[in-house]
Amino acid sequence: MKGARILVEALKKEGVDTLFCYNGGAVITIFDELLTHGKEIRLIQPRHEQGGTHAADGYARSTGKPGVVLVTSGPGATNTITGIATAYMDSVPLVVFTGQVSTAMIGTDAFQEADTVGITMPITKANFLVKNVEELAGTVKKAFHLAATGRPGPVVVDIPKDVQMDETEFEYPGIPDLPGYRPKDIGHPRQVKTLKHYIREARKPLVMSGGGVTSAGATELVNEFCDRYGIPVVTTLMGHGVAPRRDELNYGPIGMHGTLYGNYALQNCDLLMVFGARFSDRIMGDPKVFAEQAKIVHVDIDAAEIGKNVAVDLPIVGQITGLLEDLNREESYGEYSEWVEELRAYREDHQLEYERTDTLKPQYLIQLAQKYFPENTIVATDVGQNQMWVAQYFHFHHGRRLLTSGGLGTMGYGLPAAIGAAVGNPEAQVLAVAGDGGFQMNMQEMATVKQYGLKVKMLLLDNSYLGMVRQWQQLLFEKRYSGTHMGNNPDFCMLAKAMGIPAAKLEKLEDAEGMMKDFAESEGSMLLHAVVEGEENVVPMVPAGKPLDRVIRKM
Amino acid sequence: MGEDKTIYTDHIISMLVLNHPGVLSKITSLITRRGFNIDSIAAGPTKEKDMFRLTIIVKGDDRSIEQIQKQLYKIIDTVKIMTIHPARKVEREIGLIKLKAPMGERNEVLQMVNVFKGQILDSSTSGFVVEITGSSEKVDSFINLFPANQIVEVARTGIVAMDRWEKNGV
Repeated sequence: MKGARILVEALKKEGVDTLFCYNGGAVITIFDELLTHGKEIRLIQPRHEQGGTHAADGYARSTGKPGVVLVTSGPGATNTITGIATAYMDSVPLVVFTGQVSTAMIGTDAFQEADTVGITMPITKANFLVKNVEELAGTVKKAFHLAATGRPGPVVVDIPKDVQMDETEFEYPGIPDLPGYRPKDIGHPRQVKTLKHYIREARKPLVMSGGGVTSAGATELVNEFCDRYGIPVVTTLMGHGVAPRRDELNYGPIGMHGTLYGNYALQNCDLLMVFGARFSDRIMGDPKVFAEQAKIVHVDIDAAEIGKNVAVDLPIVGQITGLLEDLNREESYGEYSEWVEELRAYREDHQLEYERTDTLKPQYLIQLAQKYFPENTIVATDVGQNQMWVAQYFHFHHGRRLLTSGGLGTMGYGLPAAIGAAVGNPEAQVLAVAGDGGFQMNMQEMATVKQYGLKVKMLLLDNSYLGMVRQWQQLLFEKRYSGTHMGNNPDFCMLAKAMGIPAAKLEKLEDAEGMMKDFAESEGSMLLHAVVEGEENVVPMVPAGKPLDRVIRKM
Repeated sequence: MGEDKTIYTDHIISMLVLNHPGVLSKITSLITRRGFNIDSIAAGPTKEKDMFRLTIIVKGDDRSIEQIQKQLYKIIDTVKIMTIHPARKVEREIGLIKLKAPMGERNEVLQMVNVFKGQILDSSTSGFVVEITGSSEKVDSFINLFPANQIVEVARTGIVAMDRWEKNGV
């Protein structure tokens, strides 16, 4: 069997139903095999390989299955780099197949040659150059195994043209034996016992739930833990979706643009249980005084995260699911109602707020979106102010519903990620929220939305600025707005219509409610171009590196 | 601001890795990417098939060395990592030194080679190629015996090291 056919058969064995792919000289054979032997696999062809990689990422985050990408060598491969790095920073399982020039040509600067394995080394969990066809099936198996197990992440498989043409017998191996890769399943029993002891001793326990909980599918288990024992919870940007039924236990987003009460909870708890989070600088502010009064327990699948950014009192390396099931089996731990009451009272006096004027406020539009979109809507954001307003004002009650580039902070992520989510969740409502800056980085993918008849709603918050950078210029550079004004934006509605997508422009406050309702209820895809207040700021804001209680409430 | 009490010392990291293409460059680039400088690196086959042992010397404080080890463990081809405690290490390095030794000055050089238990690997009318084996300090001190212009070339293997058999209460 030809290498190209082996790849197609291996994808079918892995149960791949969707391939985000872009054709080119070094993968033309694989596309040919897909035509005859890959009918079970849906091909989604983006307009740019970066869009395709983000789409695979959105597919993976929203479904929990690895996103699979196929692109050609050279520029095809380099165009995926931002997408791969985005997935790497947020631990998203991707398998990216890249074509490569023939093995005999490697190293000769051949046409469309790039050292894909070299370039992707620091942004992949693992990567492989397949040197002969006999290794191909085994490498594909390894790639899927590595991408989806342990701490998930992107894996690149680079396949030279001659390897695609060469023939060998196809045999798909079982789970490979990797002596250097043994993700730990269960945390050490003695440490788990200590954790239970800590919870019993604590007066002010708090859970901080992160992306690891989302990717382990453990959102519901965290809710159960909080609800059953009356323990409050805060979430990192990657951890949205955790929401105990008892509202007095839910203290929402934390960090630089977190809620006042979320950060208050962090700074005043005496036991902080961190589930699957990595203590990013955007969460901690000043690491020296982060959760100063608390014992910190850090549960993570990745031993390298323990003690990387903060020293912890109790590390537990292992799967979060098993640990939570264990914790949830206990009869009781302690009585924390005084602490919950303290938080609830604080929250009542320190709500999120923005100034209501007669202009269109982006925060208001997010609130309206929440009101008119169904509860289970998947929201993909871009990066910057739009992202933070979604994190603050849109409440998620399930995991895998907020798709956002948290670690890398990739502008242009939202629309293509929404495409991937719509492909993977045909029954769901999918809403892409973007600013006018990020939207223009990948707006060519509106054509992809149209081509596949996807149901993607696009809410464009247009303030004619790179808003978050402008906000920093206001705060730190005396409003010297350099390189942030988007002075010559196109007519977004005309652009959408040119690509066959219905569009409407929202400019007046009094039209907002009606237009948002129509937008949410319309069939198929649509762009709502909202011209919002130009210099609105995201508050609260903890300036970078400052303690979480040194907060700016108004700008 | 408190005084910076971080102590930077040489650490010997000994790794067992699968002999797959690119693994050496993965390891070195990871160490560099995390802000460390490699003082010395030695690689060679070991008793396990398909594996080789790397001995890497990096400078850093204990905490960051621990962090770098955890990161190195994440490379799929890394099978085992050991740090070798300075108090119980045995280490060796080989230095090859090409020196000028004109007739008339040769005896002095030969004496020094004897004192260091070195070997003459090559000799000509202009000079010798000398092999010195021992700790890095020993190789250093041999080289420092001669004025810089007498030394034509130096090639060193970098340190290979192991823990002692008996741990002697350390």
